[in-house]
Amino acid sequence: MSTWTQRLENPVSDGLRNPAATGYLALFLGAFAAFLAIPPIEARSPLWPIAVGIVAIALGIWTATRGRRRLGYGAVAAGLVGIGLGILATRSGTGNLGTVFDATLIAQTFGLGTPLVFGAIAGMFSERSGVINIGLEGMMLMGAFWGLYGADKGGTWIVGLLLGMAVGGLLALVYAFFAIHLRSDQIVGGTAVNFLALGITGYFFQQFYNGQVTGSVSVAPNIHIAGLGHFLEGSIGNLSILTWASFALVILAWVVLFKTPIGLRIRACGEHPRAADTVGISVYAVRYGCVVLSGMLVAIGGVYLSLGPQGNGTFIFDMTSGKGFIALAAMIFGNWRPAGAFGAAILFGFSSALALKLQVYSSQAATLFQILPYVLTLVAVAGVIGRTVAPAADGKPYAKQ
Amino acid sequence: MSEPKRDLVESPEQAASTGTLAARISLSQRAGGVIVPVATVVFAFLMGGLVVLATGHNPLLAYRDIFDGAGLNWIFHPTTNTAINGGVPAQAAFNLSQTLLQTTTLILTGLAVAFAFRCGMFNIGGQGQYFVGIIVASWLGVDFAGMSAFPHILLALSAATLAGAVWAGIAGVLKATVGAHEVISTIMLNWIAYYVASWLFGDGGPLHWSGAANATTPLSNPVSPSAQLPVFWGTGGGFGGLDIGFFVALAALVVFWILLNRTTLGYEVRAVGFNPDAAAYGGINVKKNLIRAMAISGAFAGLAGALDLLGGNTSNFQYGPLDVQVSQVGFIGIAVALLGRNTAVGTFLGALLFGSLLYGTTQGLTSNVIQTDLATNLTYIIQGLVVLFVGADILILYLWNSRRRLRPRRAPHAPAKAAA
Repeated sequence: MSTWTQRLENPVSDGLRNPAATGYLALFLGAFAAFLAIPPIEARSPLWPIAVGIVAIALGIWTATRGRRRLGYGAVAAGLVGIGLGILATRSGTGNLGTVFDATLIAQTFGLGTPLVFGAIAGMFSERSGVINIGLEGMMLMGAFWGLYGADKGGTWIVGLLLGMAVGGLLALVYAFFAIHLRSDQIVGGTAVNFLALGITGYFFQQFYNGQVTGSVSVAPNIHIAGLGHFLEGSIGNLSILTWASFALVILAWVVLFKTPIGLRIRACGEHPRAADTVGISVYAVRYGCVVLSGMLVAIGGVYLSLGPQGNGTFIFDMTSGKGFIALAAMIFGNWRPAGAFGAAILFGFSSALALKLQVYSSQAATLFQILPYVLTLVAVAGVIGRTVAPAADGKPYAKQ
Repeated sequence: MSEPKRDLVESPEQAASTGTLAARISLSQRAGGVIVPVATVVFAFLMGGLVVLATGHNPLLAYRDIFDGAGLNWIFHPTTNTAINGGVPAQAAFNLSQTLLQTTTLILTGLAVAFAFRCGMFNIGGQGQYFVGIIVASWLGVDFAGMSAFPHILLALSAATLAGAVWAGIAGVLKATVGAHEVISTIMLNWIAYYVASWLFGDGGPLHWSGAANATTPLSNPVSPSAQLPVFWGTGGGFGGLDIGFFVALAALVVFWILLNRTTLGYEVRAVGFNPDAAAYGGINVKKNLIRAMAISGAFAGLAGALDLLGGNTSNFQYGPLDVQVSQVGFIGIAVALLGRNTAVGTFLGALLFGSLLYGTTQGLTSNVIQTDLATNLTYIIQGLVVLFVGADILILYLWNSRRRLRPRRAPHAPAKAAA
C-alpha cells in the first residue's frame, strides 16, 4: 500500500532525480529499443535500436551506482537484449515482420494470457492467506472438463461456467481440508490434486465422450467492439467475454486485497496467523474461503480453455498442459500482487503468442521460445532482478490453540 | 503493510505443532510404521473401485484384469518363456518383464524424491532431471558409436547421472545461496527441460533422427548397439525384454541405504532434514548439504532417464517430443517415495506397485471389463488418492490411535462376560 501512495505523491519532476524512476525508464527504453525495428514504427537501420539501447544501458548503470543495483543491472540487461533483438529484426524482411507483429498478436496475447490471469489471481488469493496452491493446474483442468460437460448437457455456456467453478471449488475444498485441518504438507496435497484432476477428467472424458467431443457445444461469446479503427479493432475489438472478465477481476482483486477489511484479514493470515488469531480473525475460515475462491477462479481459466475462442467447445486429455504452473510462475514473478501478476501473465501470454507466430519461420525456434516464462521466473526467484518475497506464513500450516 | 516481514520469530509452540517435514515423517514412522501406507493404498483402491462401479463396470473384475495385465499372475504359473504367442504363462512372463522395466524407472525417480525429502526438501523436479538424463544418454549413445560396449554404456550412464545431478544442483544452489524455494525452482527447471528436450528431439533439432527419410518423424536417432543395455529376460530391446538396468536400480537402492545410514554424508543430510538450525549448531554446513542432497537426488533421476533410453523402456531406443509430452515417471516418483516413506525398501515396494499399475493399465491390459483408456486414468486417480492420504498422516494416525484408545475401555467388559 505504501509504495502506491508514495508513487502517487511524487511529482514527475522529482521522479526524474529518483534512481528508481530512472531505472524503470531505462527498462522501458531497453524494451523500446527492440520495438523500434518492428511495425508499426519499423526503423530499418540498426543504428536506432543501438542508440536507444545504449541510452538504456547508460541510465541503467547510473541507477545501479545510485543504490538500486538490481533494477540498474536489469535495465542494462534489457538494453542489451533490446539491441540484440532490434538488430535481428532490422535484418529480417519487412514482409515477415508484418506477419508476426500485427494486431492479432495483441489479440492472441490477451487470449493466451486469460487463463494465466485467472490462475495467477486465484493463486494469489490462496497464497496471500497462507496456503500454497500447487494444485492450480488440476483445478484448472477440472474447470475445463466440467465446464464443457455443463455447457454440453445444460445447453448454455453459463451452466458450464457455473459447473466448472463449482467442481473447481469442490476440489479446492478437499485440498483445503487436507492442507488446513489435517495440516498435511501443502506441496504434497497440491501434487495429489493435480494427479486426481488428471485422472478424474481423463476417466470421465472417456466414459462420457469416448475421448472425442462430437457435436457443437455452446461457447462463451466474444464481445465485438466496432468503430475503433483498424489496429485497435484487430487487437481488442473481438476478445472473449471471459478475457474482459479477467481484466475486471484484476482490479477487483486489488481492491479487495488492499482496500477492504477482508483483504487486510486475508493478508494478516498469510503474514502472521497467530497475530490474526489473537485479534479475533478466524484463520481457518479465512484460509478455507481463500482456497475455495482460488479453486473457483482458476476453474474459470479452465472454462476459458474449453469454451473460449481457442478451445471452442472441445476438450482434450491434459488440456491445461502446464498452464496452471505458468500461472503459478506469473504470480511469483508478479511478486504476489494483482498488478504484478497481471503484468506477468500478459507477458507470458505474449511470449506464447509470439511463439505461435514464430512457427511461420521455424517450429524449433517457436518451441525454444516457450521456455521464456520459466527462465524469467527462475531468474526472478533467484533474485537477480528484484527479489520476490512470498507472504511470511505461506505454506505453513496453522494449529489453533 | 503489504511488505511481508521475513524476520518474524515463530513461537516455540507453533514450531513444535507444525514441525518440519522430516520431523513429521519420523513421527509417523514411529507411530504408524507401515500402517499409513497400507491403509492409504487400500483406501485408494476402494475409492478407485467406487468410481469404476459408479460408471457401470465391475471393479473386482477390472482389478483382476489389471493384475493380469501387469503380469503378476506369473506367480501362479512361473515360466521364463516370454514368447508373444506362448499362451497365458508366456504372456504373464512377458507382462511381468515389462512391469519390472517400469519398476526400474520408478525406483530411481522415487529415490530422487526420497533423498531430497530426507534432507527436508521437496524435489518435484524429477521429471526434468529425467529428461536431462535422456538428452545426455541420447547424445552420447548416438555420437560415440565407435566405442566398445561396456565403456560406452558406462560413459553414457555416468554422464547422464552427472547431468541429472547438475540440473537438480541448480535448484540446490539457488536454495542454499538466495533461499529460493526448491519447489518453485524445480518446477521451472522441469518445464525448461521439457521444452529443451522437445526442441532437441523434434524435427530439425540437433539430436533429431538424421537422414532425409526421417525428416518429419519426431524421434531422436536410435542409440548405437554398443550403448544398448544387454537383455537378460525376454528377447531384444525396445519394449522387448528386461535389461540389466533393473539390477542397476536395485544397486541404487543399496547405495541409497548405505549413503543415508552408514556414511557421514547421510548423517549430515538427515540431520539437516530433521532440524537445520540444530544441525548448524552442531557444526554441520547446512548450505553444503542442501546442494549435495539435491545433486544426489538429481543423479538418481538422471540415471533413470539414461536406463530408459539405453534399455528396453523406449521403443527402438529412440525418444521424441511426444514421449516428452506423455511422460509422467518423475511425478509418479513422488507417489512412490511418499508411499515408501522415503526408505529404500519402501521405495522398492512403491515402485513395484506403481510399475504394475502403469503397465497393467496400459499395454498389458486385455480386458472386456474396462477399456484401456479408462484404466489408464484410473491409475492417475489411485495415484492422486495415495499421495493425498499419505500426506495426511495425521488423519490416519488419528483414526488408528482412536481405535487403540477404544481397546482398554472394552477390555474390562470382556473378562466379565467370560466369567459370567
